[in-house]
Amino acid sequence: MEKDKHKLFTLFKSMFILSACTFGGGFVIVSLMKKKYVEELKWLEEDEMLDVTAITQSAPGPLPVNASVIIGYRISGIIGSLTAILGTILPPMVIISVISLFYEQFRTNPYIATALQVMRAGVAAVIFDVVINLAGNVWKTKRVLYIVMMAVAFIATCLLDVSAMLVILTCLGIGLIDLAVTYGRKKGTAA
Amino acid sequence: MLLLKLFFAFIQVGMFSVGGGYAAIPLIQEQIVNIYGLMTLEEFSDLITVAEMTPGPISINSATFVGMRIGGIPGVLLCTVGCIIPSFCICFILAHFYYKYRSVSGVQVVLGAMRPAVVALIASAGTSILTLGLFQAELYDIVPEDIRFVELGIFIVALFLLRKYKMNAITIILGSGVAGTVIYTLLGAV
Repeated sequence: MEKDKHKLFTLFKSMFILSACTFGGGFVIVSLMKKKYVEELKWLEEDEMLDVTAITQSAPGPLPVNASVIIGYRISGIIGSLTAILGTILPPMVIISVISLFYEQFRTNPYIATALQVMRAGVAAVIFDVVINLAGNVWKTKRVLYIVMMAVAFIATCLLDVSAMLVILTCLGIGLIDLAVTYGRKKGTAA
Repeated sequence: MLLLKLFFAFIQVGMFSVGGGYAAIPLIQEQIVNIYGLMTLEEFSDLITVAEMTPGPISINSATFVGMRIGGIPGVLLCTVGCIIPSFCICFILAHFYYKYRSVSGVQVVLGAMRPAVVALIASAGTSILTLGLFQAELYDIVPEDIRFVELGIFIVALFLLRKYKMNAITIILGSGVAGTVIYTLLGAV
């Protein structure tokens, strides 16, 4: 019981900190969550984190909220989900509530503008750090199909502006075909 | 009555904003500005600016901003709860099925095909943030001469610290903001 409480508190605290420091959208927080929950706390496996990302991207609603529902569920069911959501939404709620009272000063402050611009370089470094590890693991599967899919998906989203949702659904389709082929082969060898 | 209207508006925002982030902006605008008239277009564009400058998902940010304007703290709570109810229900069900069936070998094959795509999506998000950071422009509008060397230096140092010393990511993000501001201030560019 005491241990559960401790785990829930860690979950809340980590979600709160990640949410408060996530500048630049959903995939930034996914990179941070991967570092926190896979590498640091070892609560999730790497594949699991990628699956969670695919699910959250395909479901409606803000990505960080979706991801916290699923990760929270994994850690301790419905209580975990609610705890994780609370941790995720509190920082933006508090920050925006405060800023909405004097947002003109905030918007025009040159120091804030500079810090936010420069921070992008740091955020990009964090994302690429995570991507280097993830892409390395896809490479290690030595499956040509996966490596080609990764390259094509990157070109499609980055250069051709294809939506993330469409990419994931297409890969879901390819996965189903892959499944059918794998099972077809197994049947073939059995007979 | 108005609060109830807000609540339903944000349930719809939560329910139909698939793909998140910037994909959600037109939808929020449709609900809040066009259909319910809870904000003017000018206020809405201010909101987008502020949302870009603060952490957190844009739909939660707008729920809080609109809620605060119209109903104070109760407004904030109502809007935000409305916004996350659809997410919560749908993802909870998805999580349940995912953990029930994920060890089935057929499911593993299908999920296996989606993982490389997710890696690509994260890489793509990283690329667009990097180009914004280094050139203050989208990928197609890059002018090579516009490269910002301070940001380039910070990116390289940050990546080095992460790879070599496994430095904490939050420290890197906040540290780069502070370091850059100090450098630009010393250069007299702020």
